[in-house]
Amino acid sequence: MCPTTIPEEEHAHPGNTGCPGCGANLVMRYLLKGLGERTVISIPACCWAVMPGYYPSHCLKVPMVYCAFEATGASISGIRAALDVRGEEDVTVVGFAGDGGTVDIGLQALSGAAERETDAIYVMYDNEAYMNTGIQRSGSTPWGAWTTTTPVGPTKDYKREPKKDIMAIMRAHGVPYAATVSVSHPEDFVKKARKARDISGFRFIHALSPCPPGWRLNPMKTIEVARSAVNTRVFPLYEVEGGRVNITRKVKGRPVAEYLSMQGRFSHLTEEEVAAIQRTVDQAWSVLEREAEACDDRS
Amino acid sequence: MRKVMTGNYASAYGAKAARAQVIAAYPITPQTSIVEKLADFVASGELDAKFIPVESEHSAMAACVSASIGGARTYTATSSHGLTLMHEVLIWASSARQPVVMTNVSRAMAPPWSVWADHMDSVAQRDTGWLQFFCESNQEVLDTIVMAYKVGESRDVMLPAMIIEDAFILSHTSEPVDVPEQDAVDSFLPGFDPDIKLEIGKPMGFGSLVKPDQYMEFRYKAMLAMTRARTRIAEVEREFEEAFGRGYGGLLDEYRCEDADAVLVIAGSAAGTARHVVDELRSRGLRVGMARLRTFRPFPHDEFRALAKRIPGIAVLDRSYTYGASGAFYTEIRGSVGPEEDVAVMKNYIAGLGGRDITPKAIERVFEDILSLKSQSQVPQEPEWIGMKGMEGRMR
Ligand SMILES: Cc1ncc(C[n+]2csc(CCOP(=O)(O)OP(=O)(O)O)c2C)c(N)n1
Ligand code: SF4
Ligand SMILES: [Mg+2]
Repeated sequence: MCPTTIPEEEHAHPGNTGCPGCGANLVMRYLLKGLGERTVISIPACCWAVMPGYYPSHCLKVPMVYCAFEATGASISGIRAALDVRGEEDVTVVGFAGDGGTVDIGLQALSGAAERETDAIYVMYDNEAYMNTGIQRSGSTPWGAWTTTTPVGPTKDYKREPKKDIMAIMRAHGVPYAATVSVSHPEDFVKKARKARDISGFRFIHALSPCPPGWRLNPMKTIEVARSAVNTRVFPLYEVEGGRVNITRKVKGRPVAEYLSMQGRFSHLTEEEVAAIQRTVDQAWSVLEREAEACDDRS
Repeated sequence: MRKVMTGNYASAYGAKAARAQVIAAYPITPQTSIVEKLADFVASGELDAKFIPVESEHSAMAACVSASIGGARTYTATSSHGLTLMHEVLIWASSARQPVVMTNVSRAMAPPWSVWADHMDSVAQRDTGWLQFFCESNQEVLDTIVMAYKVGESRDVMLPAMIIEDAFILSHTSEPVDVPEQDAVDSFLPGFDPDIKLEIGKPMGFGSLVKPDQYMEFRYKAMLAMTRARTRIAEVEREFEEAFGRGYGGLLDEYRCEDADAVLVIAGSAAGTARHVVDELRSRGLRVGMARLRTFRPFPHDEFRALAKRIPGIAVLDRSYTYGASGAFYTEIRGSVGPEEDVAVMKNYIAGLGGRDITPKAIERVFEDILSLKSQSQVPQEPEWIGMKGMEGRMR
């Protein structure tokens, strides 16, 4: 077995108020392993704003600025400007927001920061719903999922709209670097975080972040479900650097039913519905594969 | 150096004189020329600042607050719908105790659309924890920006400040303005050096979650800061007067009130007209005066209490209306003065909404009216709306 490339040094203190098995906790941990301590983080309203615990406790070895729910893009723009004024251009500025704070209410400020080519990294930890307020749907909730605002009930009112493709939105902004990461693949995660740190301009990281209570998932299965998301191609690991698509984990594609069946939020789905999800996943993967191949051909 | 300039340019020159380091702004009529001028200053190298052309006012304020936490002196400017869109982050700024300075070009709110002078936007922010300065002239705009940084950044204050200039009447009207020498401003206003700011190697959370057993103390401290700002405003103004030879009368700028039978309370550019009317009526033997509400926050409670004990009649003119509760200035003055028997007869007048002129004639009529009232029982509960067209202005 070859030794791990993940730094042993921890930049988060042990212990915070996240739920057992919280994926978002690991997202922060691996992110900081990749970025190091010359980093400042801005966090809007979301689970992570609560996880450090009550004032005056703090769970990270880097400073953290709290900002309004929809303001992360603006907050990192302000922090960047202030640090530049102070001559601290080498400090990495990070916006760390949930999916709701990113694809819904925060999309405007995010888009503005990306368009202004703000020199910062924006990380969206994606637990696919508004978890902090009690599992309401977000634009990032996948088709078919139960949430408290997409209840199943007799009318089967689960989420009927597909997940908003934030990576496509960010790619359309022409950002120099955008990548997906999963807590099940820490080597890949840390490598991408480091790469993002060493590129300048607006960088985007989309992190899959399993949430046991929100996904109706056994907290022991966080890593397993994240790995399954990658292996079933539900959440492909790839990066887009200077417009070039590179799939960093080429997988054979296990049946999506494996991924779905681990989570209570999908337990109501019929076989036909699962098959429909499979078709969507296959389609998205082949689009991604074609894009990656096209980039290979060009090189 | 004396220059002829608009209120908006006075704002831009004020921010430049104060050496704002991070400016984040979004355009809105009639604030645009402030932002354009500042962008020019930055582009030409005359002002060493980072200019962030944000995508909304909400982001403008959010960027300023975060930049201020980052240790930079920040400035922004907005108006009406931009200011009200910021509301959430205005409270964030004061609660984070960040001394952001902002010009609000006070303009009416839609619908119906109107881009003209009106204090509704500013008045609606009274509970956000900002210092609020209403200005009468372009010179005052420039000078107050410089003073506001000094007051707001005082260690025992640390609160944001809003400089209010009336849409078009100040924002787009040129007046001679003395732009103070940079050296003089630099020695009056030291650089922003907060005790606590973002620092690598000092991991802390700026604005984390607190329990019910902690929250009130944070608010109490902000309240004390606002109270201390009263004295600080006066001190800073005295220092300013010594350095630059100009003063503006503290929280409540009284004009010919000493022996007055009636005083008009007014804010913003219309105070200029009121001064003129006071002189005119005085020359006709009427003992009248004007008290210009210069700071709406902190509110000059003591000054009003003293005034109401001395003066038999007080007319309060609001350029905004708080639905179901009269004009905001009036309600607050009433709250300051209390229910004593021997205080002034007070009456509320609403005028100048949506940019309607507050004419000398209208002000004269207000004085005549207030002088004719002998007891509070003669004053109707609802304010009198001045100059209504084809409508009954007085409601009973
Ligand atoms: C303007 C505003 N609206 C609503 C809220 C309430 N709120 C706080 S966190 C949150 C959900 C956050 O969801 P997400 O961004 O996905 O992060 P998560 O909690 O799932 O980690 C909401 C709706 C708020 N803080 N501010
Ligand atoms: S609700 Fe989900 S995302 Fe939030 S702390 Fe718990 S596990 Fe983590
Ligand atoms: Mg979420």
